[in-house]
Amino acid sequence: MGEGGDSNAVVLQVKDRRDEVVAAWASSAAARMGGRLSAAEVTSEVGALYDGLAGALADGRVPEVSAPELDELRAQLAELSRTRARQGYTPSETAVSVFALKDAVLSQLGERPTPEVYADFVDFSKFVDDLGLITFETYAAAREEAIANQAEELLELSTPVVKLWDGILAVPLVGTLDSARTQVVMEKLLQTLLETESDRAIIDITGVSAVDTQVAQHLLKTVVAARLMGTDCIISGIRPQIAQTVVGLGIEFGDIVTKAKMSDAFKLALSEAGLVVTAARNHTDA
Amino acid sequence: MDRVPILKLGDVLLVSIQIDLEDEVALALQSDLSERIVDTGARGVLVDISALEIVDSFIGRVFADIAATSQVLDAETVVVGMRPAVAMTLVDLGLSLGGVRTALNVEKGLKILRKDLGLRGVEDLEGIAADDPGSA
Repeated sequence: MGEGGDSNAVVLQVKDRRDEVVAAWASSAAARMGGRLSAAEVTSEVGALYDGLAGALADGRVPEVSAPELDELRAQLAELSRTRARQGYTPSETAVSVFALKDAVLSQLGERPTPEVYADFVDFSKFVDDLGLITFETYAAAREEAIANQAEELLELSTPVVKLWDGILAVPLVGTLDSARTQVVMEKLLQTLLETESDRAIIDITGVSAVDTQVAQHLLKTVVAARLMGTDCIISGIRPQIAQTVVGLGIEFGDIVTKAKMSDAFKLALSEAGLVVTAARNHTDA
Repeated sequence: MDRVPILKLGDVLLVSIQIDLEDEVALALQSDLSERIVDTGARGVLVDISALEIVDSFIGRVFADIAATSQVLDAETVVVGMRPAVAMTLVDLGLSLGGVRTALNVEKGLKILRKDLGLRGVEDLEGIAADDPGSA
């Protein structure tokens, strides 16, 4: 068609025939979803999307996806994508129910559309594709966010600083020690030292899978930082293989006290603090 | 130029740094402190840096120099109250303030001096006054 400015014949059809388009859209979408949503649910979803779309089609042209009139529709699509993702639908299934609009529109164009109408349909079709991509992007963005949050939580979770006794802290390290981890451990340890006024800290590396020069460097940095604040550190939980690796790599722990077991380190810390653990006198073994 | 006050508490000199430590202020503190150690015959020096938010490599070296100078004058130096952020910066700069003793706060620093050196600090001031009124 193309006459009367840039108005698009397909857009005019879509905007003037709400009920037919929504019905066709809903049935096409429901068919593609394999009947996992009820017809009524699909109709209400699709109806809401149509209403968001209709405003932007008022002037009879194919709108830009980024147009301000489509703000609400984009929000609707993002919301749809999130709800569907929570219900366990794949992003493709969500996108397909948007693409179903094309089927619906095509069915409204009559038996034998003219080539001009087809050209207009292609333009409209591109626009629908962009709408479908919005649902995909929202899905991917939500995923990325979830992954980032989990990584952060994992970092926090895996670095507890516990108080063993008045003035004695313990940091049980688990997993791999990279520089980001070390930074978190160091910050948390130093902050807790300050808050609890502890004189001694035990860094336990029983759960650290491997110690190489890099990891040793990170450990030493933490110990030096704690020393600068006036707290002595003991490194404990050194497994036999790790002791051999450390020697093999030529890593020097200098004057930092190292112990094989955390209990040994705790004993040392207690005795340095002038404390003694004894059995209660009236205790009887059952 | 600002000067850092040096307070005498028994056998201990207390230096509490409450201002931004510029290079010349730090150098002035270093020379003031060595004079005060000689004048008072102090056996211990407490440097409280809990108010310092920035310690650069120069200031770090000044602390090490202060400790070394005091050592020569037979006074032990304890740097107390270093903030976590400052400690991490110094470690990243590769400075470990070798030879400088550290403690979490003034109280613990004083305890170290008293225990290791048998020094008399604030709590013994009355005793000192009784022994020798002139030195209190």
